[in-house]
Amino acid sequence: MGEETSKGSSSRDATVDRYFIEHRAKLLDVAAFLDRCDRATGGTAGEPGADADFRLEALRRAVGLLDDGNPERTRRILELMSDLSDTPLDASPGGAACGVPRVAPRTPDA
Amino acid sequence: MAYIDPHIHMVSRTTDDYRAMQLAGCVAVTEPAFWAGFDRSSPEGFRDYFVQLTEVEPARAARFGIAHHAWVCINPKEAEDLGFARAVMALLPELLAKPNVLGVGEIGLNRNTKNELAIFEEHLALAEQHDTLVLIHTPHLEDKLKGTRLILDALRRHPRLTPDRVLIDHVEEHTVAAVLDAGYWAGMTLYPDSKLNPPRAVDIVECYGSERLWVNSAGDWGHSDPLSVPKCAAEMRARGHSADAVAQLLLENPRVFLEQSGRFAVPGLSTPGR
Ligand SMILES: [Zn+2]
Repeated sequence: MGEETSKGSSSRDATVDRYFIEHRAKLLDVAAFLDRCDRATGGTAGEPGADADFRLEALRRAVGLLDDGNPERTRRILELMSDLSDTPLDASPGGAACGVPRVAPRTPDA
Repeated sequence: MAYIDPHIHMVSRTTDDYRAMQLAGCVAVTEPAFWAGFDRSSPEGFRDYFVQLTEVEPARAARFGIAHHAWVCINPKEAEDLGFARAVMALLPELLAKPNVLGVGEIGLNRNTKNELAIFEEHLALAEQHDTLVLIHTPHLEDKLKGTRLILDALRRHPRLTPDRVLIDHVEEHTVAAVLDAGYWAGMTLYPDSKLNPPRAVDIVECYGSERLWVNSAGDWGHSDPLSVPKCAAEMRARGHSADAVAQLLLENPRVFLEQSGRFAVPGLSTPGR
């Protein structure tokens, strides 16, 4: 780390040193979650396994954005998992938001 | 290090939390009216909630040397029933006259429905009428982007509310630019399973600067962390941000926004540079 500034001063090396082990573990969490879903039976679409779940489909597409060579991965993943319609709903769908829209999300432009 | 947590639901927190916040340097909190984790059975239930917000909680906070101010409204989650929402809104004018109420909040959208939007705009009209600050909640998860856009559209229909007196909270990487570009204040909420965490909040500061940004915990009845604001300070320091830069984001910025109410005061807090 260099000298203190109003905008921070972390070098690439310092950033990797500081966060690598934590994010290695988070990546393994994602892998283990997908493995766990593979082993699980049933599924909302009546398919074997949980692959048909719209949330898992969105997650797999988001994983693809992690290494597509483009910047602003966080913003683009959030957009991929967003309702991109623009008119207010006539009534509440009930319940809480679940993390991805129920209609298949389209991939926003990079 | 002195800091302000400008958005936290202390009615749901313990006195141990107040103690821990005091020890971490918290000098002031502001508490928006919100959903309590369950739907109230009648508008009258809100009358008691508003007493808790404006009388009980300030006294509890004072025992720990923390200034407490409140915001009042009917939250968007309970605004789907228009009759119910308007009955609660009828209580608001007399509350807005209280000296420890900073304005209308946290209003906004939950699932982005027409009724939520109608009540949101009625609150904006109320804020215009009473010339108060506005604190806005943006929806969760997949609803946030659309909700933020609908909120920005609605604000354009209320030009008497100048952007410098409106804060749009719970921004993330996909909404922060639209809020700041339109001239509004943006709130970054540090919340364990949704919204931001300290490292991502500091990423946003490094990308956008800290002007018109504040940080809060939105600690409430759910899985949340009332010490997330000082954790953000620790993250900034570890990444080489100066102590002055931390104080600007966690103390000066919220103070500048909140003091526009003419009612926000923190006894004993010095005002460096002013
Ligand atoms: Zn809140």
